[in-house]
Amino acid sequence: MRTLFRTQYRQDIALWKHNGDRFWYGLLAVLVFIAPMVLGEFYIGEMGAVYIFAIAGVGLMLLVGYTGLISLGHAAFLGIGAYVNAVLLKMGVPFLITLPVAGLFTALCGAAIGRPTLRMSGLYLAIATLAFGSIVGTVFQKWESVTGGFDGFAVPTPEIFGFPIEGATGIYYVSLVVLLFVLWVSANLLRSPAGRAMVAIRDSEVSAQSMGIHLARYKTMAFAISAGMTGLAGALFAHYVRYLAPDAFDVLLSVQFVTIVFVGGLGSLRGAILGAMFVRLLPQFIAVVRDDLPFGIGRLPGLEPSLFGLSLVLVILFQPAGLNGMWLKAKVWFQAFPFKRQTSFRRQKSYAKSERLR
Amino acid sequence: MEDAARILQLVVNGAASGCIYGLIALGFVLIYKATEMVNFAQGDIMMLGGFVAFSLIAHFHLPYWVGGLLAILITAAFGYVLDAVVIRRVIGQPQFAVVMLTLGLGFIFRAAAGITWGYDSVGFDTPFTNKTVNLGGMVLGEDNLSIIVGTVLLCVVLYVFFSKTRVGVAMQAASQNQLAAYYMGIPVRTIFSLIWAISAGVACLAGILLSPVSMIDVNMGGLAIKAFAAAVIGGFGSIPGSLVGGVIVGIVEQFAGYKLPAGFQEVTSNVVLLLMLFIRPQGLFAERMGKRV
Repeated sequence: MRTLFRTQYRQDIALWKHNGDRFWYGLLAVLVFIAPMVLGEFYIGEMGAVYIFAIAGVGLMLLVGYTGLISLGHAAFLGIGAYVNAVLLKMGVPFLITLPVAGLFTALCGAAIGRPTLRMSGLYLAIATLAFGSIVGTVFQKWESVTGGFDGFAVPTPEIFGFPIEGATGIYYVSLVVLLFVLWVSANLLRSPAGRAMVAIRDSEVSAQSMGIHLARYKTMAFAISAGMTGLAGALFAHYVRYLAPDAFDVLLSVQFVTIVFVGGLGSLRGAILGAMFVRLLPQFIAVVRDDLPFGIGRLPGLEPSLFGLSLVLVILFQPAGLNGMWLKAKVWFQAFPFKRQTSFRRQKSYAKSERLR
Repeated sequence: MEDAARILQLVVNGAASGCIYGLIALGFVLIYKATEMVNFAQGDIMMLGGFVAFSLIAHFHLPYWVGGLLAILITAAFGYVLDAVVIRRVIGQPQFAVVMLTLGLGFIFRAAAGITWGYDSVGFDTPFTNKTVNLGGMVLGEDNLSIIVGTVLLCVVLYVFFSKTRVGVAMQAASQNQLAAYYMGIPVRTIFSLIWAISAGVACLAGILLSPVSMIDVNMGGLAIKAFAAAVIGGFGSIPGSLVGGVIVGIVEQFAGYKLPAGFQEVTSNVVLLLMLFIRPQGLFAERMGKRV
């Protein structure tokens, strides 16, 4: 049994709550660091993809889980990051410059699209980003002189200080480093005044505004940071797929990103990573069981999107806290053993909150 | 002279497709006004309605009018059940949860339609298919005209329903203030389900009207993104606004296809939507509102 005894306010916002956290996360860090030396090429490639999706997931989590806004156009930001990175690399700019530039440029795009729409209710952002995603997709197809149109182009191999980053292992380590960076930034942002302002906006715009929070500024900031992190993920995604073609960045990918956030569990960074694991593993799982399903269900063209849709629906209806919530419940069950009660996790009755201005 | 006829034809075609966008947008707006939810599956409900009409008319050989009416009733019943069984459960969760819920439902509907009706485009014969009217030297397709006439008729019916009937007035009351409506003895939850039913019925009508112009297929729900442009132009909450917005989007799209190089037509509605949000986000028909704390 562990009892936390807080003697300083600083302990409330500490990144590590106690030494158990330090030990387990340290162990996890060692494990993911030595994973490429133990596991095969295929698993390392898949884990690298999970990290890339997790980077975008953390970005979207800041927006959806902590600011309470929703974007249905994050595939476009991933695409912008990917193309900026790949085009700059082709022009001979070193990777250590193109990666941050891709992130910053995407963040600027996010601010530009967010600033006007965020004056309205959060709903408008969902619609505007949906439209933005479709416009950007068309631009990728039509702007052939830069993007190569439908044919796409091969992404050059990145180099860091003369060492080429090749194969699954190279991408794995770069993605891991970027993911750790993004997590570090997010965790620190969330315990800063800016992060608390974002959470306040999520919980009630009116009370946040009456506490002196500039709504449009913080919403735009959250949206820009979210887009920027997705841009970073996009830059890595370009190297993961090695060959950029515009049809990769469609609405379905945006829906996958939102699935990461919802299935992982709103309002937790851990959830973003769990969600990314879910979203990357689901297609693999389908591929394995495809032939064993009855009635030829496995060969339906719309199987994957509908399973993503189904998992969204089930999570929203029955487990709003997502995978992270399940993890926390399991943890509480063990910690409280044998005192878990039927009503321990009963959801509070909630009522519709009107966002209508009347 | 020929140029004028050409332009008029573009306007009629644009108005016809605009009416479809307007009808889908009408579905959004009805639900949004009442429950502050946005139904991202509206386009997919239209697709389901179109397929139901196809089954009734092409498979069971019902006459067009009977089959169409029956399809609208079936889709409306589906909308009622959808709200009563699924959507009602998320009342109290944040607004974006509803967005994602309906988006997920849309994907499920698409897969369900694919399993039931297959992934090929289908169509059925209507009294308007491949017929033209000659109006003062101008040749217009009856299919396009039927869309416009059908939309206008629906508007009249809805107007009478909302202003004259007991249920319609109760719906207006429930949209304006749920609590007060409840205290006056209106069963608010049933009313909301009925609003979902009407909205699904309108979507089905849009699908039926659209069928002579374009085929019914699993992905026709993608039209909904154009309907968003219509709803935003109309101010998201104004019923006439959504129809006017739809017609504007439809006509702009036709002229973009006529004047601009290929590829621009598909994104026109999105560009119009974003421009509208930049210039006048509250829409053309906005009500002046402020919040009391």
